[in-house]
Amino acid sequence: MSQYTQVREIVMMNLRSVPQRLGASLVIVIGIAGVVGVMVALLSMSAGLEKTLGGTGSDDRVVVTRGGSNGELASFLDRASGTLIKQDPAIARGADGLPLASGEIIIITEVPRVGQKTGANVTLRGVEPVGFTIRPELRIVEGRKFRPGLREIIVGEAASNQFAGLDVGTPLRFRGSTWTVVGVFSTGGDAHESELWTDTETAQSAFNRSGYSSILAKLASTDGFEPMKERLTSNPQLNVDAKTERDFFSGQSGTLTTVIGVLAGFVALVMAIGATFGALNTMYSAVSARTAEIGTLRALGFGAMPVIASVMAEALALAISGGVLGALLAYVFFNGYSVSTLGSGFTQVAFKFAVTPGLVMQGLALSLFIGFVGGLLPAIRAARMQVTSALRG
Amino acid sequence: MKYLGLIWSGLFRKKLRTTLTLFSLVCAFVLLGLLQAVNSLFSGGADFLGANRLITQARTSFTQPLPMRLLPQIEAVPGVARVSHSQFFGGVYQDPRNFFPQFAVNPQRLRDTYPEWVMDEDSWRRFITARNSTIVGRNLADKFGWKVGDVIPLNSFIWTKTDGTRNWEWEVAGIFDGRNAEWQKRAGLMYLNYGQFDEGRAGGKGLAGVFVVMVDDPDASERVAALIDEKFENSPDETKTQSEQEFQLGFARQLGDIGLIVNLITSAVFFSILFLTGVSMSQGVRERVPELAVLKVLGFTDRAVMGLVLAEAFLLCFLGALAGMLLANFSTRFLPAEFPIETDLRVWAIAGISVVVLTVLVGVPPALHALRIKIVDALAGR
Repeated sequence: MSQYTQVREIVMMNLRSVPQRLGASLVIVIGIAGVVGVMVALLSMSAGLEKTLGGTGSDDRVVVTRGGSNGELASFLDRASGTLIKQDPAIARGADGLPLASGEIIIITEVPRVGQKTGANVTLRGVEPVGFTIRPELRIVEGRKFRPGLREIIVGEAASNQFAGLDVGTPLRFRGSTWTVVGVFSTGGDAHESELWTDTETAQSAFNRSGYSSILAKLASTDGFEPMKERLTSNPQLNVDAKTERDFFSGQSGTLTTVIGVLAGFVALVMAIGATFGALNTMYSAVSARTAEIGTLRALGFGAMPVIASVMAEALALAISGGVLGALLAYVFFNGYSVSTLGSGFTQVAFKFAVTPGLVMQGLALSLFIGFVGGLLPAIRAARMQVTSALRG
Repeated sequence: MKYLGLIWSGLFRKKLRTTLTLFSLVCAFVLLGLLQAVNSLFSGGADFLGANRLITQARTSFTQPLPMRLLPQIEAVPGVARVSHSQFFGGVYQDPRNFFPQFAVNPQRLRDTYPEWVMDEDSWRRFITARNSTIVGRNLADKFGWKVGDVIPLNSFIWTKTDGTRNWEWEVAGIFDGRNAEWQKRAGLMYLNYGQFDEGRAGGKGLAGVFVVMVDDPDASERVAALIDEKFENSPDETKTQSEQEFQLGFARQLGDIGLIVNLITSAVFFSILFLTGVSMSQGVRERVPELAVLKVLGFTDRAVMGLVLAEAFLLCFLGALAGMLLANFSTRFLPAEFPIETDLRVWAIAGISVVVLTVLVGVPPALHALRIKIVDALAGR
């Protein structure tokens, strides 16, 4: 028999005998399923967050904030600066000839999570009427828009799911006055869906604030961004930063993604080491259970290679089934699971866990690696067995 | 105890298998220890805070500063002993990665409400009298090598000065310590004199931030909190007053359900290790059926043999858990100061319970098997 046929026959024979060692074999499968499941689930959290923040905004819109502020919350622009920014020539004009730029104001409010009493920070964003024109992705999915001048609020879809008491028609108490939720909006699953929106001027008067937190402007063309940034930052009357809306939001996932990445890496590493010991155990006992069989094969003239291959094939096959099981569990239990956490603006960002194909591939690669390490030493021991002593069992 | 040798040799009859199982157990308990320590931090982390302090914040959010004129009104509430105020400054020292919290406070009022911070009289005097002064926690001073008299530049990402810049300079008046070890660990923050802060800022003059309220009687704190909130109801500055502990926990809860994530990982780890140890134990007993039969021939009762197997399971789990927990405990010391997690009593208790549960689940099936061994059948190899 050729080397190849030898390997094939002995591998198949061995794999067919795995069910006889089911209990011990399941140690590999379950151990690795645990590692891969936990790792994929954790990483799907940061993948989901990146998807939400990275999917927010567009390249033809610009966010202008006060210079040096690390987000909209710490940014204050007075009315004069706001007007000056809105008049930049790169900004598109609407049918009425006015610039398509919305002065927005950020106020942090506390709303409890569903089923909790303590409040979580939620962004209340004041938007000018033109803010709806420059965000065509926004749809009202329930109720209606707020009317400027009235204490009315619309809430993002994610916010209405995550936080308590944000259903259409419910009153909310902020700063000595009562507001009413009049609608629910969707912006296609981006970060704005974690917010509450109202009219800028209503918010300014209710919260005793003047000026804006940021100006959102629509560009006439994306080429206009660099010159506009240049003009605004070099203007001695202003002290501002300008970023495209996409850059502004995708820059916000950094810290949290790193934290989750470090956590996932550490947990997966320790679990993987534990699972490798388990795999070694299983494969050593599998080899010792097959001692007589391996001795017989060697006596019949099979080489060392096919024996190694058969042990490795068993280890890898069990490992990959564990990996698939783990990834599957992570997908079934966590994909689309929605949570919210504290974003960089010190307010809640709601997002959904996203088990992506890339994460599944990472999980499977890890499972194969554990299987390889766990199978290698036992395979070498199997190949080194003395034929005579192995035959005696 | 006299059977320890027997149990030991039974356990290490197959050295390789037991050692590998032990290593897996160690890994599992390292994770369990560290993860539950994180959980401790987030659930009961504020235990050390006294029950006699309340925090009064704006009802909308603690990021909305309350005006200073509320202070005398809060002081007038019956049951209130002392009041101080605190505004988050958001300063960056040299590099954004050097983050540490700073609060602008009234020095005398800080001293009255936080007797946990200790410092010599001269330093307090300097802090109270010099408007541009700051006091820094011992840990922070050690980290950056600051000493009294140094001028520390901070770039605030929130507060602009009247001259349009955001560079603030603060002179170190003193270095404070915690009253006990618990507080000493937390001496990693900085208090700034409200004098220069309020005078220098371009906007928000006269805003205090949040109020720290010390009550006469800790048992009455809930009643006092309700009285304060009642006082400002329906005003433009509605307040929310809660215990300092609740306030701190609220911060952690903002991050999300850390407890749930940690417990899910812990259960995945526990389930894997349960299965792995269980298989290893029952394999061990199956291989030793004739030997256990010999023990019964020698006069060991069925129950005694069962007990031996259970004791073996316990010893295995116990050794793995002990080594894992010690390793976890050891490694927490090398974490940076921003992650003050430790394997406290609660974590050790969880590990202890896990060992018992694990022993029962992995020990009982093989122990029952050992109980039922019939001498004749076993010796005949049936």
